[in-house]
Order: sequence, then C-alpha cells, then structure tokens
Amino acid sequence: MSSVHESVLGQMGRRYLWLAVGVVVAMFGLYGWQAPTGLPGGGTWLGYTLGTLAALLILWLLALGARKRSYASKLGTVRGWVSAHVYLGLAVVPVATLHAGFRFGWNVHTLAYALTCAVVVLGIVGVVLYARYPERMSANRQGRTRQQLVEEIADLDARAVRVAQALPAEFDDAMRSARDRLILGGSAFDLLAGRDGSSVVLPRAGGSSGPLSNPYQATLLAWLGDRLARSEDGELSARVQELLTLTSAKRGALERLKRDLRFQAWLDAWLYLHVPLSFGLLAALLAHVASVFIYW
Amino acid sequence: MAVSGRYTIAVIGAGPAGLSAATHAAALGVPHVLLESGPAHATTIQRYQKGKHVMAEPAVLPLRSPLPFEAATREVVLERWHEGLGKHRVNVRYGAEVSAIRGNRPEFEITLADGEVVRAEHVVLAIGVQGNPRRLGVAGDDLPCIQYQLDDPDEYRGESIVVVGAGDAAIENALALTRRNQVHLVNRAAEFSRAKEGNLTQVVKAIEAGTLNCFYKSSCERIEATPGGSRPYRLTLTTESGKAQVDADRIIARLGAIAPRRFVEEAGIRFPNAEPGALPTLSERYESSVPGLYVIGALAGYPLIKQAMNQGYEVVETILGHAVAPADEPLLEQSFSALPFGLPVTDTLALIRRRVPLFAEVNPLVLRELVLGSALHASPVGTVLFSKNDYTNSFYSIIAGSVGMELGDGGRHRITLGEGQFFGEMSLLSGRRRSGTAIAGPGCVVLESPRREILKLMSSVSAVKRGIDELFIIRAIQSSFAPEASFEELRPVAAGAKLNRYRPNDALFVEGDAADCLHLLRSGSVAVLRRLGGRDVVTSYVAAGNYVGEMGLIGRTGRSATVRANVATETVSIDAAAFATLLARNAALRDQIQATMRDRLASNARMQGQTRAGDVISFLMQQGLGEATDVLLIDEALCIGCDNCEKACAETHDGTSRLDREAGPTFARLHVPTSCRHCEDPHCMTDCPPDAIRRTAGGEVYIGDNCIGCGNCERNCPYGVIQMAQPQQAKPGLLSWLLLGRGPGPGAAEQQAPLSGATKKAVKCDMCKDLGGGPACVRACPTGAAIRISPDRFVDLARSSDE
Ligand SMILES: Cc1cc2nc3c(=O)[nH]c(=O)nc-3n(C[C@H](O)[C@H](O)[C@H](O)COP(=O)(O)OP(=O)(O)OC[C@H]3O[C@@H](n4cnc5c(N)ncnc54)[C@H](O)[C@@H]3O)c2cc1C
Ligand code: HEM
Ligand code: SF4
Ligand code: SF4
Repeated sequence: MSSVHESVLGQMGRRYLWLAVGVVVAMFGLYGWQAPTGLPGGGTWLGYTLGTLAALLILWLLALGARKRSYASKLGTVRGWVSAHVYLGLAVVPVATLHAGFRFGWNVHTLAYALTCAVVVLGIVGVVLYARYPERMSANRQGRTRQQLVEEIADLDARAVRVAQALPAEFDDAMRSARDRLILGGSAFDLLAGRDGSSVVLPRAGGSSGPLSNPYQATLLAWLGDRLARSEDGELSARVQELLTLTSAKRGALERLKRDLRFQAWLDAWLYLHVPLSFGLLAALLAHVASVFIYW
Repeated sequence: MAVSGRYTIAVIGAGPAGLSAATHAAALGVPHVLLESGPAHATTIQRYQKGKHVMAEPAVLPLRSPLPFEAATREVVLERWHEGLGKHRVNVRYGAEVSAIRGNRPEFEITLADGEVVRAEHVVLAIGVQGNPRRLGVAGDDLPCIQYQLDDPDEYRGESIVVVGAGDAAIENALALTRRNQVHLVNRAAEFSRAKEGNLTQVVKAIEAGTLNCFYKSSCERIEATPGGSRPYRLTLTTESGKAQVDADRIIARLGAIAPRRFVEEAGIRFPNAEPGALPTLSERYESSVPGLYVIGALAGYPLIKQAMNQGYEVVETILGHAVAPADEPLLEQSFSALPFGLPVTDTLALIRRRVPLFAEVNPLVLRELVLGSALHASPVGTVLFSKNDYTNSFYSIIAGSVGMELGDGGRHRITLGEGQFFGEMSLLSGRRRSGTAIAGPGCVVLESPRREILKLMSSVSAVKRGIDELFIIRAIQSSFAPEASFEELRPVAAGAKLNRYRPNDALFVEGDAADCLHLLRSGSVAVLRRLGGRDVVTSYVAAGNYVGEMGLIGRTGRSATVRANVATETVSIDAAAFATLLARNAALRDQIQATMRDRLASNARMQGQTRAGDVISFLMQQGLGEATDVLLIDEALCIGCDNCEKACAETHDGTSRLDREAGPTFARLHVPTSCRHCEDPHCMTDCPPDAIRRTAGGEVYIGDNCIGCGNCERNCPYGVIQMAQPQQAKPGLLSWLLLGRGPGPGAAEQQAPLSGATKKAVKCDMCKDLGGGPACVRACPTGAAIRISPDRFVDLARSSDE
C-alpha cells in the first residue's frame, strides 16, 4: 500500500479511532462514577444517556448505506465515512454493554444486543477481508483482468478442439465435451469454497461414460495421460502431448480465475449478512425501545 | 443552356457547400453545372451512420441559402436537400469525378475522369476534406457488388463477403460482419501493421478461431459476375501460392481515401506551406490564387455544414458582382459594439491588423475568421484576465491600452505590455498552468483567441508561427533565468537558442555525452535515467516549464544522466556560451540553479536505492501519463472490486460511466483504469468541428453541449477514454426505491431508457466540475483505493510503493 493511497485505517481514519476511544473511556468513567450508587441498567439517567447514545450511533451507522448511494453528496468521502463507521461501530458494543448493565435474558432487549454484537463481529470480519484479500487478488491476477482470464480459457479451449479435430473421434468428443461442460461460476457455495463443478463425458469401450466430475480438468488430464501412455503412433502421441499441454495451461488459468472469483465472493459475502442483520437490528431496536416505553 | 458551350459557374462537389452554391445559381437563373463524383448528393453526409442526428451548429449563425437546413436526422436532411435540388432545377451530374482543372477566369477547362471536358467561366471548388475512397482499380471494379463503405453490418446475413484492406476500417467492418456472414479479408501484407492495438488482437483472434478467413500477401486481380454460380460474383486473387478464387455476394473495399491536396495544388491553387493541416490561401471573398477559382466549405477550413452552406450562397453573389456582407457580419457587429472605436466592421478588422504586428501578414479572410472565433474584451483597469496557475490556454493580443503581468513567486516581477503586443503563448504552447497573472491596465482592449484558432493560424501563416516562437523563447529564458532582464538584453541570448522537437522515447542527450547545452522544456515531459548495474533506471520525471541539462554546464562535466522524451516533447536549447552570459550577468542565478541541482541530486540518490520505484515511474510513463495533468490511479492492494467508483460516475453523469475500472494495465499493484487523464495537449481537441472540447481554468478537459456527435475525438484520443453515448433517464431516488420499491435503485446495474429526444454525443470524464467537491469516483470509493493525482506526485507515489 502506498502512502499516496490511504486505507480506511490510515492516518485520516485515526482521528475517528481517538473519537471512539474518547467516547468509550468517557462512558466507562461515567459508569464507574454513577453505577455503584444507582441501579444499573436502563432506568437511570445514566442508563438513558448510554441507551440514547448507542441508539444514535446505530442509526448513524445505518446511514452509511444512504451515504454510499448518494453519489453526488459533498458530505465527506465514503472512505472517510467508512473509517468513522469502523471505529465508532466498534464503540457501540461497550456502550451497549454498559447500557444493559451486564444483565441479559431471553427477551427482545437481549436480542437487540445480540444482533448488535453479530453485526459488529461481521463488520470486523469485513475489515479483515478488506485488508487482506485485495492484495492477494491482485497478485493472483498478475496484471490481467477477469475478462482476460475468461478469454484466455476460451481461447485454449478453441485451440484444443482444433487440434483434436484432426485426431480420432474420441479425442474430438472428449475435448468438445470438456469445453461445453466447463463451469466458470457456480453456486454461491461453490464460489466461496473455490469448488469447480465442471464435468466431462469420456469415451469408454462400447459407448461413452455418463458425465464424470472434472474438477480443474483433473479427470480429462488423467484420461489424456492414459491415452498417451498407450499410444504407439508417433504422430498421434505428439498431438496428444499438445492436448495435454493446452489442457494444463487451461487448468492453470482456471485455477487463477476461480481463485479470483473466490476472493471476490468473500469480499462480497460478509456484506450480504452485515446489511440484512443491521436491518434486523433496527427492527429489534425499535421493539426494544417501544417495549421499554410501554411497560414502563 | 451553356453560354457558347460554357457555363457561367461550375461547382465541383455536391456537399453542403456545393449544393448551396449550385442551388443559389439555379434560383437566380445563372447557367451552371454541379459536378459530383458520388452516385448521390452529399457523400460525406451519406456516410454518417444511419439515423445520425445532424446538428446545426453554431446556433447563433443565421442560415443563408435557398436550401433548408435545421437539426434533424441524416435522412431528413438529405431528403430536404434532394427536394430543393428538384424544386430549383439544379443541373447536377452524378458520377462526374473531376480529375483536373485548368485555366483562369473566364476560360476554365474541367476534365472528368472519363475524359470529358466541361467549360466554365468560374469554378467553385467544394470537394471537402474527406477525399475520394481509393478504388480497387482492377477489371470489374465497376460491378454493383462493390462498395466502399458499410453503414449497417446487421443488414446482411448469410452472405459471402470479401473485405479488402488491412486498416482499422477494414478490420472493424470484417469483424462486425462475421456475426452473420461468411467473411474473407484480403490483406496485401503479411500482418496488420497499421491497425490499432485493440483491432489487431481481435482480428488475429478471429482468424485463429476460424471465424474470419484471411488471405495474407494477396491482392485482387479481377471480379466477374457469375450468373448461375453458387454466388453471384467471383473474385480472383493473386496470393503467394498462386491464384485463389472466392465466390461472393459483396465486396467491400476499405483502402483509405486520397487526400485532396495534390489535386487542389495541380489546379494552381497555392498553400502557404507544406504542413499537412495548411489551408489554401484565399481572399476575403474565398477566391484562390487562381483568378475565378473559388474554394469554399471544409476545404477552405470551415468544418461545419451551416458555414459551408452560407459560403455557397456568398460565393455566387460575389461571382455575379453583388456586394454581399458575410452572414456572420451581425455577429461581428455585436462583438465590436462594446469597443471604444465606433468603426464599421471592416474598418475595425483593418485596425486590428494595423495595431498587432503579428497579424501583418494574415490575409483578411483568415483574420476575420480569427476575430469571429475570438472574444474582444474592453476591460476596466484592474480586471484580472487570467490568474497564475489557471489552466486556461487562450491567447491574447493587445489592441489598445496596456496589460500588466505579475510574474515570479508572489507576483514579484511586474512588467507592462503595450498596444500590439501579445501574451498567453506559454500555456498555449505547453499546455501548462499560467505562469503569471494578467491584469488589465488603462484603456485595455484585448482579443482573446481560443487555442484552436491560434493553432490553425500558426499552421497556415508562417509569420505568425515565427513571431510566437521567437517571443516564446525570450520569455521562457526570462522567466526561468532572468526575471528582471529586459527583452533587449535577452535578444542576443535568444538568437542562439534553438527549438527542438522529440518524439516519444527520443533522447535529448545520453549519459557520458559532452554537455553543450541546456534544455528548457516547452511542452511534453521527459524522464531522467541513470545507468545502474547494466540497465537504465528512471530517477525522475521533469515536466514542461522546467529545464534539464544544467548539471553538465555548471559542473563542466559530461552528461551525468540520459534524458528521454516521455511523449512528444518540444524544448528550447541554450548553448553553453549563451548560458555563461546569463550566469555572468546575474550572480543570484548561479545560486538558484545550484539549489535546484542539490534537490535533484538528493532526490536521484534516494531513487537510485529504489530500482522498483524507477520501474513504477517507467510504467507510468509508458502509459502516456507523462502528458497527463490529473490521472485516476487505483491501488490494487486496497480495491475490493465493488465498482462503486463506476456506479458513482454513471449516476452523476446521465447513466454512462466514463471510466472503466477493470480495463487498463497494472504494475506493482498500481492500476491505471481507462479514464481521461486531462492531457496537457489534449489529442481529442485536435479535430472537433464545433470546437466543443474545452479546458477549464482548473484544468479539466470537458466536452460542451455543442458537440455534434461526429466521433472524431473518440478516434483521436490515444487512450480510448471517450465514448459516444445517449443520456439516460434519471433513476428513482433513494427513498422511493427503499420505501416504494421503485427500481432500479441507486447503483443498480440495470440501465434506464434513453432520454427521449436525446442524441448520441461524445462523453468523457469532466472531473465532476459541475458537482463541486471533487470527482465522484474517488469520493465514492469505500476503501481509499481510487485517487486522482497530478504527475508531480508520481515520484512520491513510486517511492512509497517501493517500501
Ligand atoms: C461523422 C461526421 C459527423 C458530422 N456531423 C456534423 C453535424 O452534425 N453538423 C455539422 O454542421 N457538421 C457535421 N460534420 C461536418 C460536416 O460533415 C462537414 O463540415 C461538411 O460536410 C463540409 O461540407 P463540404 O461541402 O465542404 O464538403 P463535403 O460534405 O465533404 O462534400 C464534398 C463533396 O465533393 C465530392 N467530391 C470530392 N472530390 C470530388 C471530385 N474530384 N470531383 C467531384 N466531386 C468530388 C464528394 O463526393 C462530396 O460529395 C460532421 C462530419 C463527420 C465526418
Ligand atoms: C451496530 C453496528 C453496525 C451497523 C448497524 C452497521 C451497518 C452498516 C451498513 C448499513 C452498511 C452499509 C452497507 C451497504 O450499504 O452496502 C455498513 C457497511 C460497512 N460496515 Fe457496518 N455496521 C455496524 C458496525 C460495523 C463495525 C463494527 C464494522 C467494522 C469493524 C463495520 C464495518 C463496515 C464496513 C467496512 C462497511 C463498508 C462496506 C462497503 O461499503 O464496502 N460495521 N455497515
Ligand atoms: S480524452 Fe484522451 S486525449 Fe483528451 S484529454 Fe482525455 S485522455 Fe487526453
Ligand atoms: S470504488 Fe474503490 S474499491 Fe470499489 S472498485 Fe472502485 S477503486 Fe475499487
């Protein structure tokens, strides 16, 4: 990372760290000074202060979603907002804990608290992912774009099919089937796990096999290796060798692409939980506030 | 109808200019003929893409022509003209390509390609600048299956089509046709050396994949109709391995165009110089150096339809001996009304010419055009004309009164310029910020000319170029080395100075050479390289406005480094003796230069420990960033690929993102996305008919609303950052999306329908100049990966990315 570029945890973000630390220290101070005398928890003026602060913080944290989509907004930069979001987001847990006065139970109040913690934990996961994955992703792509990787694979496929055309039909069929049954994306689970769901139909004695799973072209490579070992025709061997080279290159590109997609999937996935849970938290928070005022 | 076998007026070329001229002659009952090489009128407009919205710029200019013209689709405009031709019974001959013009008023002989001779008393040459397509020139090249352009590739399906040519046009046509047809490409060479990078990779890929069949090292021999054959025509080719035959439905020849200059010169028309952009020398009434031979329209340097049509009208009036004030007269009157002179238009123009010696050799027509394209200001004392560090690049001539210039740090040096002098040439030529502040003095009247007008003038009148160049040299020396010296003192130094031009990668000098001169960079930028461990390592980047080569001169050693141009670069070199004079007359200068040297040496020493930082700079320079003023760079170690930057751009700019984040090269985690870098000397401005591309004082290069959608800038930008796009309808707001479920939401990928009535225009990054608060892409990036920086921070950037 260069100092001309600056991450959310960099210099500029640091002031929000101090703000967050300040808030938490002040609240602990207040609590230490007040709590022993009064009743812990919501009912006291200290409880109200802490509760209001936590609620306002949460509302402000939610507002990041709106700021992120107000593209013409002059209200700071999104990076600045995220810096503040991260540090003040972390401050919510201690403040909420003090507000709860360390008392928990099976009720809507504790649900709101638990959701807060869950959202915060996911946020931490997000920050860790943001800090680690982009660099690995960049190194993995080696200056190429995702689109270029996809094209490279398509290109290797096309070349392999052309080579196979001049060979006995079984090679032609095998290479075409590997091309047609290649799966670049896959389900969310496949993407996150980096699983390759590709398959291939291979010629067998007296017909052809059903689709065999062909993760990262392993099955096809094994089959080609087997054919090469059995070949006694020099010309054929040379061609099969070429198919092996092309398929290995394709495996390399495929691994790179899948890794890229896996990184991207993780970078996106945590946010798909962070945001819905935040809305869940908002609902729980409203219920919590309402119940407190109704059952007062 | 010809008078004694002769027309009064022969008009050559049925574009807007020629159509208007011939129609006006017809309306007045003057014996005339309109000769057009194409099969229909207005070839250039016929060649616009289907349905193109033709604009009627400049809006303020009234139309003066018997033919109608207002903004409409290409089809409507062409149809109206066609009707006009019929209504006025214009004597037009299609398929009549003129190959030679001989003679003088009133005896012209016009020879057509088929040998026929047409006689006329006056000739109006209106052949535009597009040139005629180069023809196949083989037996059968008059068959109907041959075409020289492709309007809509999707019009054909299931055909066998041969495309002849290996340039971008041929490749683009061939590729577009492969979707639905069987396509053959005939290339005379063994590769595609003239094609743009993107086209090259695509065509090679298509050939490898077998979707396109290419005949390399082949040329056409003949074409025959083959009735009853599998396809209606057969093309015979000569290839390396003998003859080949292709059965085809259609042959598309894209062999480029023959530029009209030769043809025009052969008619006896003089040009001021050999520059490719030079315009023929014309009188105020469009008459060329051949009496009775008039030049109008694009060929005369007027790039828009309305201007061309007005000239068609005026030229006929002139030939008939009627006094006619040009259609733009009211515009000039209005622009002159604010001046203290109170003279009619012609006299005011004459006064300007008299007062400014630089314009002494400019012909009246060209001067009129210059003034028309410029703004006249009668500014009260104290008005700031431009401020130091502004990015404007217009050029000022003082018509009356004086102007004060504040130069140097904090405006310490104040000089006064008087009547007839000019200023603003520094930023004009270098594309850099203004080096001082210009303030109106008493009685100040200035002519402010946009950059394009002055460049046009410099390329057509050598005296103007010489005058500006000379003054530039003196002022450059003055501002860099002798702020308090007078012009008279500097003139001898300047006399020995030379203007040098370098192409990208050319060396100004090489490490170890004898140090004989110092270079002031006038435009472009250079990289300083040192030889370390057997390879050249970049140690710094020097921008226009600075100097290089001082070390060798002061230290009297050989060159301690190699200096290479990053982009096309111009320098003023001062030889050792002249430089010694400068040093001798100013004791402080030596200290000042030594201070610069110390800084540079320190910086070099730091960079030398960081070879990778040098590589980063080389990489940035290879991307053409040596001519950038502000560039979008993404740190891949921070970018999470969320595309919020692109979304922000699209959402704030009518639905089209002007940046492509993923595309573009990457080195050492530094990614240069496809996005405008606001070049110092923007290539995109080169050929914009309505001069719609401008630069703000802040440096942003932007495209104005008067863009006519011709696509020239898209082609001229070497960085591929301009697109032709139609504005889209605004999306529903955040709340109505969130609460009412109206889609697509902010940032959602779905496109909105195009705005009704909107046309395709050129769009590019405008640095969100109208938004306030800086570029939206950078402000929307949640991680800080995207930044925009100017090249003076490249060294910081490179150094920090080497840590
Ligand atoms: C893509 C594109 C879009 C544009 N859009 C606009 C727009 O929206 N609005 C606008 O105002 N301007 C536009 N322009 C500019 C406009 O097209 C030109 O300014 C205009 O066509 C110039 O008119 P002209 O009569 O001087 O020349 P042309 O229109 O070029 O006409 C010259 C004619 O001469 C004929 N000819 C050439 N050589 C010979 C010969 N030897 N013998 C006989 N005939 C010959 C040609 O076939 C042609 O018909 C655009 C230009 C381009 C390229
Ligand atoms: C109660 C606490 C929190 C709430 C309610 C909350 C809510 C939100 C919301 C609504 C967004 C907007 C996402 C979008 O619109 O795409 C967001 C983004 C984000 N949150 Fe939180 N958040 C909380 C705590 C945290 C914490 C503690 C962290 C980190 C330690 C964190 C890290 C992030 C990050 C990094 C983003 C930016 C994601 C992006 O734009 O790419 N959040 N959060
Ligand atoms: S559009 Fe292209 S040529 Fe014009 S300023 Fe931007 S990068 Fe430079
Ligand atoms: S907004 Fe920032 S993190 Fe997102 S894609 Fe653009 S540069 Fe990368």
